[in-house]
Amino acid sequence: MNLLQVQGLTARYGDFQALYGVDLHLDAGEAIAIIGANGAGKTTLMRSISGVLRNAPEMITLDGAPMGAARADEMLMQGVAMVPEGRKLFPSLSVEENLLIGAHARKAAGYWTLRKVYDLFPILHEKRRQPATSLSGGQQQMVAIGRALMSNPRVLLCDEISLGLAPVVIRDIYAALPQIRDSGAAVIVVEQDIGQALKVADRVYCMMEGRVTLSGLPSELSREAIHDAYFGVSA
Amino acid sequence: MIWVDTIVQGILLGGLYALFAAGLSLVFGIMRLVNLAHGDLIVMAAYVILVVVSFLGINPFLAAAIAMPLMFGFGWLLQRIVLNRVLGEDILPPLLVTFGLSIVLQNALLEGFTADSQRIGAGALETASFAVGPVTLGVMPVLTFLSAIAVIVGLNQLFYRTALGRAFRATSDDPVTASLMGIKPASVFATATGIAMIVVTIAALYLGMRANFDPTIGPARLIYAFEAVIIGGLGSLWGTLAGGIIIGVAQTVGAAINPEWQILAGHVAFLVVLLIKPRGLFPRAYD
Amino acid sequence: MYIVETRTKASRIAGIAALVLLVALIAAPLFASRSMIQDLFFILTMLTLAQFWNLLAGYGGLVSVGQHAFVGIGAYTLFGAGILWGMDPIAALLICGVVAAIIAVPTAFFAFRLAGAYFAIGTWVVAEVVRLLVAQWQTLGGGSGTSLPPQARDFIGVETIATLLDVRTAAARDIVTYWLALALAVATIGGIYWLLRTKRGLALAAVRDNIEAAKSVGVDAVRMKWLVFLVSAFGTGIAGGLIYLQKGRVSPDAAFSVTDWTAFVIFIVVIGGIGTVEGPIIGVIVFFLLQSLLADYGSAYLIVLGALGIVIMLFAPRGIWGLISARTGIQLFPIRRRLRRAATSTKPTTGERHG
Repeated sequence: MNLLQVQGLTARYGDFQALYGVDLHLDAGEAIAIIGANGAGKTTLMRSISGVLRNAPEMITLDGAPMGAARADEMLMQGVAMVPEGRKLFPSLSVEENLLIGAHARKAAGYWTLRKVYDLFPILHEKRRQPATSLSGGQQQMVAIGRALMSNPRVLLCDEISLGLAPVVIRDIYAALPQIRDSGAAVIVVEQDIGQALKVADRVYCMMEGRVTLSGLPSELSREAIHDAYFGVSA
Repeated sequence: MIWVDTIVQGILLGGLYALFAAGLSLVFGIMRLVNLAHGDLIVMAAYVILVVVSFLGINPFLAAAIAMPLMFGFGWLLQRIVLNRVLGEDILPPLLVTFGLSIVLQNALLEGFTADSQRIGAGALETASFAVGPVTLGVMPVLTFLSAIAVIVGLNQLFYRTALGRAFRATSDDPVTASLMGIKPASVFATATGIAMIVVTIAALYLGMRANFDPTIGPARLIYAFEAVIIGGLGSLWGTLAGGIIIGVAQTVGAAINPEWQILAGHVAFLVVLLIKPRGLFPRAYD
Repeated sequence: MYIVETRTKASRIAGIAALVLLVALIAAPLFASRSMIQDLFFILTMLTLAQFWNLLAGYGGLVSVGQHAFVGIGAYTLFGAGILWGMDPIAALLICGVVAAIIAVPTAFFAFRLAGAYFAIGTWVVAEVVRLLVAQWQTLGGGSGTSLPPQARDFIGVETIATLLDVRTAAARDIVTYWLALALAVATIGGIYWLLRTKRGLALAAVRDNIEAAKSVGVDAVRMKWLVFLVSAFGTGIAGGLIYLQKGRVSPDAAFSVTDWTAFVIFIVVIGGIGTVEGPIIGVIVFFLLQSLLADYGSAYLIVLGALGIVIMLFAPRGIWGLISARTGIQLFPIRRRLRRAATSTKPTTGERHG
């Protein structure tokens, strides 16, 4: 049985249909990447899995249990944590408070503690008393990742964590991924940067206009196939 | 010397207004909800204390301690059942619902307790006083003021030193992201209103012991509370105390000139501050 | 081929019905009892107040809970003009509106500094200040109020009506004030409907629906807010003057009553349907019926009214008219301009947000 299974997921905002029957699965300890252009439905997919958007129960299952209709707080309690697009740190909380609030509700024993997050991102320890939003973009992204890790999630959803960051900063952030995987969390990375996604993921899904247009192992996917699935036109 | 006395009395009166305002400020700070029934809730709490005092024949402070969990529960349910439904971008529904609540509470109290004025008896405490140099201080006003400080210190500790306070601030910043942290905004809001009702009960205790009250005086308390909050700058509890003091001093000074000017002077002070510093004396850096 | 139209079939039928009703209302003093005329006067003045509050809150997004300030100002202006200057009250009615609009300028200046919900309490504070100031005015009776002087009670038309209809002067006074109330209500509804259909009015709806978007297409939101606030104060002031012309006696607590002139008015609009011209009309009828049924129960009546307001806001925020309109698609005062395919479309158009 898959850890997380998405089956026939549809989503709409009013009259606009954002997802048309998306299927994907994630096994324990696995890292998958979801790539696609702006508006492909990647963020809607993440918001559905994390419970921000709610769906029919059977569309999303966790360990076989139907969770599609669960709220975000219920998904978190089941071990699905999200690093939201745009980081969404709490401006009235300090860096350390932002990290602590990650473990506010789910106090699962596990690898991640405040200390371990500081070991992973030492700069955060240095700046722990500052307001979270006073940090640089890359450092804020580290806080957002650390905050999600504090609940010791089984599934970590990372939505566009490299967006708007300098390449050298992106490299630093992705350098943390192996350690996150070693801690036992399965990871879903949403990326527009195809190269980055292919490097870190065990498997890749490509989305376009609300559908999964391609999936497979990074080594098996040709540049042309990805290009077609990404842009929808032949090169 | 008369003036020193007037100003000191005004400062102490400001403590009462800060107590009125603290609950309003707390609720607005966390969920951007302006509760037009706040004054009527204070009056309702005063009646709850009165009922407990007369049924059990106990000390008003003890009665307030019994009223607190009752008011907490009332506030929690009110938020959970009614007010959570109207939170959102549109300011109209929460205003109209709390305005309706204000009318309902006032008239329910009129039905239950008639329009006669009441007072929570505090025995010798009501008239006790002591002299500090040339100024004579009433024990009750001093106690009110100290309670206001204690409430503000307590709320600040809660806000900045506890996990619950952290959840309050996070939910206030962004309820959707807070829910990604496993926080249930609906119950955080209900808890916040419950805590506001505990503060309301403390305010009601002093309201009822210091002077007569009847079911219709709620809206005026709402207005004082609101003025204190705006003068202080939204979101700052110490600012709210300063706001309360400004209104209190304006009222006692106004009353010293002409007794009929007491209330008017408080309102005028508020308008003057609004004119000079539209964002209040201690505005929050971000909002 | 498309035609831009704002009229609907329902609005044409309603127009004819309204005309018949209007004639009946004008003729009412010929056959109705004095108490019925007084009831109608009450309904019409409340309707006028409700329309202006609806313009403010429903269209302008300005939720004021201090409109009783302008009722009181109108009332006291009327009495002031009668007592201090010996002016004929009917001539003074217009001045009531002007004075209210003048006092609305500093009021708006303060209240507009308060964002969103705090605006509401800000208007309330101003109303309190005005009430307290008026109570200091000894010439007009101070805190206990005053009556209209005898010479001011026989205003223009009373004598004539008394002779023509062969009624006592007291009844003739009621009839004249009733006709004035009718004229005011008709002018208010007509004026607001006209305003909403002008370019300005459409801009107003744009401001209410989305301030940022309205700004981006060049609507000056601040100017619209001022316009609506001043117009509402003007109309509310006239209504206040008229109400107290009929009552003949004024006191600060009555003329500045938040329950009578703000709470009731808000409930009328909310129950009927906020943000529609029809809503206040429905609301005032429901309000009057409730009052007739429950008036003997005193405060229980207010509990019912408040609870009804809460329930409507929670479960049917567009009020009774919103429910009717959503179900039937009827719009009596269509404001939204719609594109209609000429000659082919017969489907009734239901504005999902009648505005």
